[in-house]
Amino acid sequence: MSGHSTYVPQSAIGRWFESRLPILGLMHGSFVSYPTPRNLNYMWTFGAMLSFMLVAQIITGIVLAMHYTPHVDFAFASVEHIMRDVNWGWFMRYAHANGASMFFIAVYMHMFRGLYYGSYKAPREVLWILGVIIFLLMMATAFMGYVLPWGQMSFWGATVITNLFSAIPLVGEAITTWLWGGYSVDNPTLNRFFSLHYLLPFMLVGIVILHVWALHVVGQNNPAGVEVKNVQRDTLAFTPYATAKDSFALVLFLIVFAWFIFYVPNYLGHADNYIEANPLVTPAHIVPEWYFLPFYAILRAIPSKLGGVVAMFGSIAVLAFLPWLDTSKVKSASFRPVYKVFFWVFVLVSIGLGYLGAMPAEGGYVIAARILTAYYFGFFLLIMPLLGMFETPKAVPATIADAVLAKRGNVVMNPAE
Amino acid sequence: MSESTFVEPTRRDMLYIATGAFAAVGAGAVVWPFISQMNPDASTVALASTEVDIAAIPEGGILTVKWRGKPVFIRHRTKKEIEEAVTTPIASLPDPQTDQARVKKADWLVVVGVCTHLGCVPLGAPGSRGDYDGWFCPCHGSHYDTSGRIRRGPAPTNLVVPQYDFLTDTKLRIG
Repeated sequence: MSGHSTYVPQSAIGRWFESRLPILGLMHGSFVSYPTPRNLNYMWTFGAMLSFMLVAQIITGIVLAMHYTPHVDFAFASVEHIMRDVNWGWFMRYAHANGASMFFIAVYMHMFRGLYYGSYKAPREVLWILGVIIFLLMMATAFMGYVLPWGQMSFWGATVITNLFSAIPLVGEAITTWLWGGYSVDNPTLNRFFSLHYLLPFMLVGIVILHVWALHVVGQNNPAGVEVKNVQRDTLAFTPYATAKDSFALVLFLIVFAWFIFYVPNYLGHADNYIEANPLVTPAHIVPEWYFLPFYAILRAIPSKLGGVVAMFGSIAVLAFLPWLDTSKVKSASFRPVYKVFFWVFVLVSIGLGYLGAMPAEGGYVIAARILTAYYFGFFLLIMPLLGMFETPKAVPATIADAVLAKRGNVVMNPAE
Repeated sequence: MSESTFVEPTRRDMLYIATGAFAAVGAGAVVWPFISQMNPDASTVALASTEVDIAAIPEGGILTVKWRGKPVFIRHRTKKEIEEAVTTPIASLPDPQTDQARVKKADWLVVVGVCTHLGCVPLGAPGSRGDYDGWFCPCHGSHYDTSGRIRRGPAPTNLVVPQYDFLTDTKLRIG
């Protein structure tokens, strides 16, 4: 959509280099002259925050790996060593641990944004599916990272999650033994989790590059959900417009991040993880990190082992099929009065599942979790396909510029001209 | 409509298929070590058995020992507990098994202390044994009876009975 780059470097050295490796032109086309729809709102700033968080996690993680020991006898102590002895170690660890939470806050906002504005619809199916893969890799990375401090929650979280694979008929036991490298979660498990926890973020970088590439091929969706028709009228250059907006949003995001690191660094963690792992005693109440709670609630809502595991993985896999499950011709929920209601109920249901995932699996909590799980799947598998056929959408603006005009009620100036 | 024409396979086609097949076998042979290295190593497999002195376990007591990194419960059952386990109608069980099939001596129940749902260690202290006097798993609410059989909750099967032998009346070898 950006078209052929017409970028010519200003300096002679720049021109010499560009004719041999056109990387400056690629950067210019991707992050400076790249046209962004002029009606983007602040929900479109989470992509920048996610990029920032990925880099921040990699940097703090590399530092932590310099001081951490991946062995069952030393891992717990080495984390305390980082906290007490290593210069600025407490800062690195709190930034990394809370960074994971900030990463998930941003990714959930990013995903709900896509869900509300129909960002998964043609021609953005591949872009969306790459996003689902990124989400899965993030979850795997976060899970393995949480095991490394080798506290009670680390150990038992690892035990419960790896045991999910034992639900697979016939080969389940063999797969879990293979994952563990033994007959339970033990030193070989910790070692390989450390290795993979270091590897996966770089795979994430690779998929993120594909995600951004796919984004730049089809162009950004926008609150009106209509495609760019006239680059002059409908778009603004990425720099300075999107760059400045993303930077401002990032500052606000960093204030929240800093508040967590410096004021409530353990608020999102569990006290049990400050007890060293003990394979003979399970904590009375095992809870995953907050960002896994809705999926954990779905797992526990199904009264069968295999069924629970299938439902949990299915709740993520279903996202990949959204482009074909949603039959509506209109992208943005702004013009879909009925979908909008179902969407906000879905948001509440997701939060509700998160709450139930933290509660004990008994009595009324289980019944509530079953009802919310039914809505979760119903939203994707019934409401989305049917609503597209029965809902009467509101009039959609013909172009992005028209959408802006309708809102402002006056003539749009085009600063690009 | 496309016209189908039959082309006689050539010597060249045969060479392509043979080369491709050879490359596939070669790739598989190289991938296997990378998969297999993740399975339990020789030192882990070597820790396969452990011996336990059970003389000191009082009636009604449970000793927890570590075997292959997992807890094993050795329970000295009371008369009442044995009675409960034996008289339970088999048809009412999610994973039907008689008590006799799960013990070598009625007084002693030996089971792997790992919930068959998702691997937590069930609680067996008096007062937290669940609704069937056996064990209760706090993670997802599975209740086991005095024979270690699943009675209620998400666990699909009974607690596993490991391989074990009575070396003497008071000495047990697990594994």
